[in-house]
Amino acid sequence: MLRAVLIQDLAITRGERRLFSGLDLALRAGEAVMLTGRNGAGKTSLLRAVAGLLRPEAGQITFEDLDAETARAEHLHMVGHHDGLKSSRSAWEELRFQTLWTGGGEAGARAAIDRFDLHRLLELEVRRLSAGQRRRLALARLVASPRALWLLDEPMAPLDAGHREAFGAVMAEHLSGGGMILAAVHDPLPIPARDVRVGG
Amino acid sequence: MTAFLILLRRELALAWGKGGGPLLALSFYAGVVTLLPLAAGRGPERLAVIAPGVAWLALALAALLSLERLFERDFEDGALDLLALGPASLEAVAVAKCLAQWLASGAPLALAAPLAALALGADPKIIPLLVLCGLAGGLAFAFLGGLGASLALGSRRGGLLVAVIVLPLYVPPVIFGAGALDALAGGLAWTGGLYLLLGYCAAAVALSPLAMAAACRNALD
Repeated sequence: MLRAVLIQDLAITRGERRLFSGLDLALRAGEAVMLTGRNGAGKTSLLRAVAGLLRPEAGQITFEDLDAETARAEHLHMVGHHDGLKSSRSAWEELRFQTLWTGGGEAGARAAIDRFDLHRLLELEVRRLSAGQRRRLALARLVASPRALWLLDEPMAPLDAGHREAFGAVMAEHLSGGGMILAAVHDPLPIPARDVRVGG
Repeated sequence: MTAFLILLRRELALAWGKGGGPLLALSFYAGVVTLLPLAAGRGPERLAVIAPGVAWLALALAALLSLERLFERDFEDGALDLLALGPASLEAVAVAKCLAQWLASGAPLALAAPLAALALGADPKIIPLLVLCGLAGGLAFAFLGGLGASLALGSRRGGLLVAVIVLPLYVPPVIFGAGALDALAGGLAWTGGLYLLLGYCAAAVALSPLAMAAACRNALD
């Protein structure tokens, strides 16, 4: 079980540009952190570095009680603006793949369909979904296959008020079960979360 | 292993959905068989001589066309992130993608090649070897094409780059396969060419996934 993520003295550089340096952050079971900062400050890069997709220039990211490779392959979800959904496939095919690929089962997928109100979308091709519907479909794997650490990039942006509230409840439940959330946001999350400013 | 099969199934569905499958292979060869006599002259003897080579070459070119965007779309829409964070290594992801591409377009093309060769008047005794070369060569073309596609990830002239990277790698299998077919048609010893082709194919399948995974990691970074 993943119990904490520790980020020490992290620096990220893209091309010639130093995005930030000396970033320290500890995220423990049951906690949520909101990453704020101007556009291009490095919020998304930080999330990708935690996910292991981007090599930081300096500093360390450690996962308590697990080696980084296992933690990244089995204990974290990342949902960003590029949701990886294939426009020619149906919503159900995509949800099913994402669930199985991240280690969940059919029961989890069904629970996710209820939580994200996806019943009427399942038969539709992804290309026919609105931005908010697409995002709900991408977020559904958070519930469909339970993993401790959620890395979210602007998760609420395209959602309407009702679904923001519903997703708030999903996040609160995740935290109370010992989960962790690291989210890049511009609007505050509807859950108690520590605010960390990225890039000054 | 199960994760590999889950991914293979999806990649196969995607490759099939965007125009792969037996119909594509058949229509591609229909094009070759109709246009070749118009371009190369109608003399049956002339066509019969070049038939095996043309069927073989068409296979290589068809593979090149369909492989250009093997990784590009996943890279652009974020699916590559999801695949990189999954239970299977990126090497296994690369194998699944290339294998699915081969099953959806390379293998049907290899199975359709005899029709084209016969229609052009090739000697029927070369057919088993043509299918075998097509299947093995198709596998090598798929993995080498995938290698080119992964190395071109994120570059602006990706298509051009794929062709430049892949073309030299396609030369040996084309020579080996054509050599074996030619030798068989001429009544000479043909197994040498076939063994070289199979060996080349095995090396491509074994080694290129390592390079593809490294190229994907580099592109994501």
